[in-house]
Amino acid sequence: MTYGPSTPKPSPDALASHGAHHDDHGPYAPVFAAGTAPRAELDELLTRYPNKMAGLLPALWIVQRERGWVSDEAMAEVADALDLTAAYVKGVVTFYTMYHQHPVGKYFIQVCTTTPCHVCGAEGVVDAFLQHTGCGELGVTSADGRYTVIEVECLGACGFATPVMINEQFLESVTPQRVPEILAALP
Amino acid sequence: MGYPHPSHPRETPVLSKHFGEPEARTLKGWRDRGGYVALEKALKMDPAEIQTIVKDSGLRGRGGAGFPTGVKWSFMKPDGKQHYLCCNADESEPGTFKDREIMRWTPHALVEGVALGAYAIYASVAYIYIRGEFTEPLEQVRAAVKEAYAAGVIGENALGTGKTVHVHVHQGAGAYICGEETALMNSLEGRRGNPRIKPPFPAVAGLFGQPTTINNVETLAATPHILNNGAEWYKQFGRPDNPKSVGTKLFSVCGNVARPGNYEVPLGFNFGEFLWDLCGGAGEGREIKAVIPGGSSVPFLTAEECRTAVMDYEGFVAAGSMLGSGGVIVFDDRQDMVRQIARLCRFYAHESCAQCSQCREGTAWTTKILERIAAGDGVAQDFDTLLSIADNMTGKTICVLSDSCATPVVSGLKKFRHEFEAKLKASPNVVSFAGTATAAAAPRAAGPTV
Repeated sequence: MTYGPSTPKPSPDALASHGAHHDDHGPYAPVFAAGTAPRAELDELLTRYPNKMAGLLPALWIVQRERGWVSDEAMAEVADALDLTAAYVKGVVTFYTMYHQHPVGKYFIQVCTTTPCHVCGAEGVVDAFLQHTGCGELGVTSADGRYTVIEVECLGACGFATPVMINEQFLESVTPQRVPEILAALP
Repeated sequence: MGYPHPSHPRETPVLSKHFGEPEARTLKGWRDRGGYVALEKALKMDPAEIQTIVKDSGLRGRGGAGFPTGVKWSFMKPDGKQHYLCCNADESEPGTFKDREIMRWTPHALVEGVALGAYAIYASVAYIYIRGEFTEPLEQVRAAVKEAYAAGVIGENALGTGKTVHVHVHQGAGAYICGEETALMNSLEGRRGNPRIKPPFPAVAGLFGQPTTINNVETLAATPHILNNGAEWYKQFGRPDNPKSVGTKLFSVCGNVARPGNYEVPLGFNFGEFLWDLCGGAGEGREIKAVIPGGSSVPFLTAEECRTAVMDYEGFVAAGSMLGSGGVIVFDDRQDMVRQIARLCRFYAHESCAQCSQCREGTAWTTKILERIAAGDGVAQDFDTLLSIADNMTGKTICVLSDSCATPVVSGLKKFRHEFEAKLKASPNVVSFAGTATAAAAPRAAGPTV
């Protein structure tokens, strides 16, 4: 049995961009600048909780939606907005599997391979995605930056084996045969 | 109903009655189906009275632990403190996908149950913690909450009764352990999802340090039906000789089964009839080899044991397993049980929060040994090692994730030992000292280190 990583691997480019620069290599542009929609969204979210820290997971979701991943600079910004330390925020980010700590492909493909799907042939679906996206290896972004494929633990749709998530899109009962058609339908 | 399959005549659809009806997702559609009548009735009652009705109904937690819901609610007294209700919608027990269907087809059923539950425990604020991967349920429940707020069904002066019930949706970010109630509270507070040591129990110091009740989606969705129809009505579902397990229950069926999906039956249903008649048994030309009846954390049942098992809390225990979350995973005769158990343990190794040594080390170590056995490199001594690790992982940690990983190992070694033995190395890695003077004093030859 060979298994891949459960989180995507950083590409060499992504590693280079860690540190002083953001993914677009320019100065870091804040997500929650005053007067912006994300700022208003965060302010509204914070009214739901008795303290600012509880807004951490929601704030990180906004960052990921706006930027595609959660950079160190973004963690520092979130820390600042919620009166936390950047180290604390990083500790939380690294606990959860869904926050990307480096850029991923335009289409982030998660294939469930936990037991109920495993017995229904999920490994074949993983292989089909790796082959047809050109990724070749789990967690690696394809050369054109279009795809990243990972195995994910239980997506909670076990009766619809094999469930696959492509970004926010949730697909049910995916078979290896359906994979080319699914990929072709992506814009 | 067993969506996407049509309802089976032997089912008793209460919670699942409107699965598959897109109109039931809207406020109007839900009201047309009798929705929010129970909430209005409840908001005009004394919370203690609601607690009594739910206690009398015999409803028990549907998330896995089976704790009596009314009793849990009765821990919450009007003490002037800020109380919270958390709805556990982090459904992530492999094999379980019932809460997902409740949320994506009947989101208002959940919003109503949550608002009702919050009021019954003197809480003005409730959070629905939905796992991050559930994009469609998140979308549906968020839309339902928004609609309910806009129509004055929840919020300040809910349904014009002068009572305040706020309901908020909180999105998880990918962690099985956040389905554990204290880990869920930590996660909601913006922390890593590490379970907390109990006591203090949530009813004393829970979310944000305040008295808190945590209930599963299915549990809360059942409460409006109980308020509408009465405790006696709810108690009719179940076997007459077991008043401890009553009501209808959603069972999620998956794996190598002819008709996977959700099925709602009264507790006390015969498991053999359920598996072979309602779900159609294993696929074409296949036989069922093993079944996990209550989510991945409970022991295996063999096909023979399944035929006579009774589907309620006590019935599954008598059969040697547990009702758990109601996630039924079927393995057919093609499946290599060693490989499947290794895969299950790999899940737990991935999901361990790593704060307790027994779990952090035990889940990974167990997985390594099992994968080695599955690859044909096992030695007989591995069985003792596995059981010894399992023993050290059971009952010794903050939460039960560690126990859950030990369960399939112990139960697998008991029920499918022949499959494990068949995979051992043909010639064990033992050095023979036969015929030498040192033979008697020779220490036990060591197997390969893991």
